[in-house]
Amino acid sequence: MSEPIRFHFDVDGDNFSSAGEASVQVKRMLRQIGISPDVIRKVSVAMYEGEINMVIHANGGDADVIVEPNKITIVLKDVGPGIADINLAMQEGYSTAPENVRSLGFGAGMGLPNMKRYTDDMKIESEVGVGTTVTMTVLF
Amino acid sequence: MKISKIVELLGAEVVCGEDRLEEEVHSACGCDMMSDVLAFVKDQAVLLTGLCNLQVVRTAVMMDMKCIVFVRNKKPTDDILELARESDIVILTSPKRMYTACGVLYTNGLQGGTVAHS
Repeated sequence: MSEPIRFHFDVDGDNFSSAGEASVQVKRMLRQIGISPDVIRKVSVAMYEGEINMVIHANGGDADVIVEPNKITIVLKDVGPGIADINLAMQEGYSTAPENVRSLGFGAGMGLPNMKRYTDDMKIESEVGVGTTVTMTVLF
Repeated sequence: MKISKIVELLGAEVVCGEDRLEEEVHSACGCDMMSDVLAFVKDQAVLLTGLCNLQVVRTAVMMDMKCIVFVRNKKPTDDILELARESDIVILTSPKRMYTACGVLYTNGLQGGTVAHS
């Protein structure tokens, strides 16, 4: 596996019930190419939370997963409202998600902290009114 | 504990995964907040929840769980069952409430297991 393997997904922002479809597919694909279960868990959970965030806050976006011999990189890019205060958004329990999202099992302010927790590196680039790109790396 | 034992203890109906009831599970968690499941679950194979939507199945897939128990007689829709079948996850529904269902399983030996990221 010398050349990186790339997966691309359009994350549909119209429908909360489809949020996470890309992450489920990534999990299956990583299993097929023989990535270890621990690494798959980290990548798929981090991507799943990110996907949910993109659907809740940004009306969807693009998700790319790049598999290299010693690391997997996940890039989630949206053209949503942006994050005004990234440090605040990173605090466990802080959420700007609407109440109806909470009744669906999300919106408790755990998404970004979970993404950080499951990855070895996470970078958030965001501009209010322009969009957000989250880049996460899992090493193995 | 075999999944068939969970069915018996919870007076549950098997709605998906009838062929996997002899599989062994060693720990469980009860939770309605899927982000908390993603944050704190480590190796729990059973998820008891009162939330009934596709995200419950996706969360269980992410955490490599084997069985979902919908408490309070929540009835999963066809799309939920389809994803569970594709993902080899057993789906049970129980008339018991969350507190009782968790208590019954715990007192019969199904542990809470370890917590991730503690």
